[in-house]
Amino acid sequence: MTSPQPEMTYENAAEMGLSADEFDRICTAIGRIPNLTELGIFSAMWSEHCSYKSSKKWLKTLPISGDCVIQGPGENAGVVDIGDGWAAVFKIESHNHPSYIEPYQGAATGVGGILRDVFTMGARPVALLNALRFGAPDHPLTRYLTGGVVAGIGGYGNCIGIPTVGGEVNFDKSYNGNILVNAMAVGLAKADRIFYSAASGAGNPVIYIGAKTGRDGIHGATMASAEFTDDAASKRPTVQVGDPFAGKLLMEASLELMASDSVIAIQDMGAAGLTSSSVEMAAKGGLGMDIDLDLVPVREDGMTSYEIMLSESQERMLAVLKPDATEEARAILEKWDLDFATIGTVTETGRLVLRKDGDIAADIPLSPLVDDAPEYDRPHVSTPARAKLDSKDVAVVDICDALRKMIGSHHLASRRWIWEQYDCDVMADTVASSGGDAALVRVHGSERGMAVTTDCTPRYVLADPRCGGMQAVAEAYRNISATGAQPLAITNNLNFGNPEKPEIMGQIVGAVTGMGDAARELDTPVVSGNVSLYNETEGTAINPAPVVGMVGRIDDIDHAVGIALTAEDLDLIVVGQTPDVKDGWLGCSVYADLFGKAVDAAPPPVDCLEERRNGSFVRDQIINGHVDAAHDISDGGLLVTVAEMTMATGGKFGAQIELPDGGNLQGWCFGEDQGRYILATRDGNALLAAAKDAGVPSHRIGKTSRDGALKFSSGDIISVKELIDISEAWLPHLMAGGHEQN
Amino acid sequence: MDIAVITFPGSNCDRDIITAAETITGQKPRVVWHKDSDIGKPDLVLVPGGFSFGDYLRCGAIAARSPAMDSVYEHALRGGMVMGICNGFQILIETGLLPGALIRNKGLKFVCRNTVLRVHNTEKPVMSKLKDGDELTIPVAHNEGQYFADDETLRRLQGNGQIAFTYTTGGSHAEYNPNGSALDIAGITSENGKVLGLMPHPERRMSSAVGGSDGRTMLTAIFEACRS
Repeated sequence: MTSPQPEMTYENAAEMGLSADEFDRICTAIGRIPNLTELGIFSAMWSEHCSYKSSKKWLKTLPISGDCVIQGPGENAGVVDIGDGWAAVFKIESHNHPSYIEPYQGAATGVGGILRDVFTMGARPVALLNALRFGAPDHPLTRYLTGGVVAGIGGYGNCIGIPTVGGEVNFDKSYNGNILVNAMAVGLAKADRIFYSAASGAGNPVIYIGAKTGRDGIHGATMASAEFTDDAASKRPTVQVGDPFAGKLLMEASLELMASDSVIAIQDMGAAGLTSSSVEMAAKGGLGMDIDLDLVPVREDGMTSYEIMLSESQERMLAVLKPDATEEARAILEKWDLDFATIGTVTETGRLVLRKDGDIAADIPLSPLVDDAPEYDRPHVSTPARAKLDSKDVAVVDICDALRKMIGSHHLASRRWIWEQYDCDVMADTVASSGGDAALVRVHGSERGMAVTTDCTPRYVLADPRCGGMQAVAEAYRNISATGAQPLAITNNLNFGNPEKPEIMGQIVGAVTGMGDAARELDTPVVSGNVSLYNETEGTAINPAPVVGMVGRIDDIDHAVGIALTAEDLDLIVVGQTPDVKDGWLGCSVYADLFGKAVDAAPPPVDCLEERRNGSFVRDQIINGHVDAAHDISDGGLLVTVAEMTMATGGKFGAQIELPDGGNLQGWCFGEDQGRYILATRDGNALLAAAKDAGVPSHRIGKTSRDGALKFSSGDIISVKELIDISEAWLPHLMAGGHEQN
Repeated sequence: MDIAVITFPGSNCDRDIITAAETITGQKPRVVWHKDSDIGKPDLVLVPGGFSFGDYLRCGAIAARSPAMDSVYEHALRGGMVMGICNGFQILIETGLLPGALIRNKGLKFVCRNTVLRVHNTEKPVMSKLKDGDELTIPVAHNEGQYFADDETLRRLQGNGQIAFTYTTGGSHAEYNPNGSALDIAGITSENGKVLGLMPHPERRMSSAVGGSDGRTMLTAIFEACRS
């Protein structure tokens, strides 16, 4: 077979991020030297982003099955049964590098991409979440990147009309040159109406749907698989441009198409565009595909086969239709004014054959392209264990002063400035959104609900990857449980540095192992996910962020509780702690970060059996109506948790707290020991008795009050309104140009 | 009760208002696609929120020139009832059924949060079943919701009793007006009091499960006014 394109070389391969060894494998796979288009296709499919070549060995260790799982990893999104014939379809995905280069468009297309992954499966998206990491508050780019990313997330989600209901944001200097933008989408579908991507039926038409193909985002997947250098700005042309209105048309048209019974298989064109969609659809079906690139709708003249195959233009889908359904499909797409073209057919050859201008532009056997992708067992060294912090080594700060400083720090201050730019209410089924533990979304037209959250504490992961990986799962589990919902399953987004460095690979191995262990013990399998490596700038890696997105179910949303105290004279009970505790784990805590040198210590250990037992007790108490408000204890420890429960009332209710005698007061107040919750209840004695029966340590720490203050048995007192003002002031002040230094 | 909901490709609150209307009236509203000029003879036309045509141009400008909106204009001229919410309000202004303009929020950011609304001018037909001076907590979610008009128009609105809802104090935000609207205007009516436009979303507050039922109170009163 002759090709008009020149044969490629090792140099060409290196420019596309392929090693000499990988180039040799490609030549072996196709039995000759590839041309430009073929090499482009291999480099995209074998990029870290698409092939998971560095992480696959470890991803395989994650638990992926469970009673609720309908579809685990390997499709566009994971699918779990949430009861009554409904399925939750969800996934998280990163758009880190594009968002650093062009924050608005990078973040917007991150949202657009993850929404396509969900509606491709036949599910209507009903909730968006995110996990964001920005640089130090006083870094010159932080305001610009934060403002741009938040506007981009809102710009896409608000326009397409899917509520952004939750998320988390950290600021840390390790993200100065490499921010993290992870977007999660959750959709709803009838459990028996899920669509998959495997093509079937040789001779069936392959249909291109949606926006035209342009020169934007060419080789984005490869960019996402390399370290940054200081010429990041020159990579701006590799960032895709979002069009949420086109995304909305594509979503409505796709859902209408799937409801019409004309679709055999469907796949969105995300990373690596037409390449990954055509390859995956054909390969999963064990078939081949012939595509005539002259039939692809293009935005500009003179696009080469390489550009068409590697473009990451947004808002496009590829579908295999039933042969007699093309006219019905055309009518639906015309209603939505979308481009529609039959660009090829499914074949039995097992090969991807691309034609352009009368020539064969590429002819690749699919099996080696997909199955022979490299898989590396990269060398890894464990992160050295850190010593446990001795509480005596931490500064003793007056607890009211400490609370003021912590609540007003970049760790804990209100994110309202961010979340008020997201439409959290559209679709009119949002029961709880940002500002609490998990968000709650009602299943339209029913009393059923889904609880959703994203979590990760990178400073724990940096200190002890395995423990940090477990903690991300445990915290998500607690956030879901604190609403009363049953945790079901996980999607994960593994954000790390360069895996070719053994210490970074050690972080990956540790975190994935820890995450897997916790997911197994808490019965929350991983059903989808994304890996983002090479998050480094000039050789400096980010703090590792294995983000967990978790979904839970609650059969009646009226049973759910929030974090806000609802009345005075409620008993405040700490669950997961015995009354004789007079200290707490300050290593890696917010308190230690703000008041000491102690971040270098070990993070709080996670005991999954305790998490499971305590979580199950909390859910049981909530569902049976014994709890008025609940909040899990995480960043900032016990006192911050109580303060947040009072602040959520707008200052209407306060609390009277009994402090322990002796011991380390700062440790007791601000330690970040895991597995704990604060519950507010009308009948503390009954709840404590139930806890005793369940073998769950718990004790009363105080009562709620109507005086709008936090009062301590020591005589200290602090106004809740003052804490609210401090908490609400920080981010607006930063974004207005006040360069905070915390 | 015959309610016609006009939908555009970028409408995204259409399902919400349809659900709300069906919950309140017990009847499913008719959905009229923007390309359709036959809107029938409804008791009320609802123009829902969203981003009708992406709103990359002035919000609602393209939607206002659709066949369906031509018919809504005729319907209003004949004295028919019309209500536009958020993007629907923007479209009614672009159609020329309501005066003034909705420009970018004062803070130059999208804003999604609860607002407290005060009810005014219940002598107007569309407002007649609401209670004057009542306060309702209803959320806004918009980027271009700052009501703007020249002084003469504002005086005319006041003189004619066309101000339907204003943002007022009592919520959790010190800055109770979320977008810098002139005279704290959240909603206005036409001079004959039969065309209503407002930025806040009553269809999102239909029960305590989703943050309150003041929206249901508002819509129930407006539907009742359109029926009588």
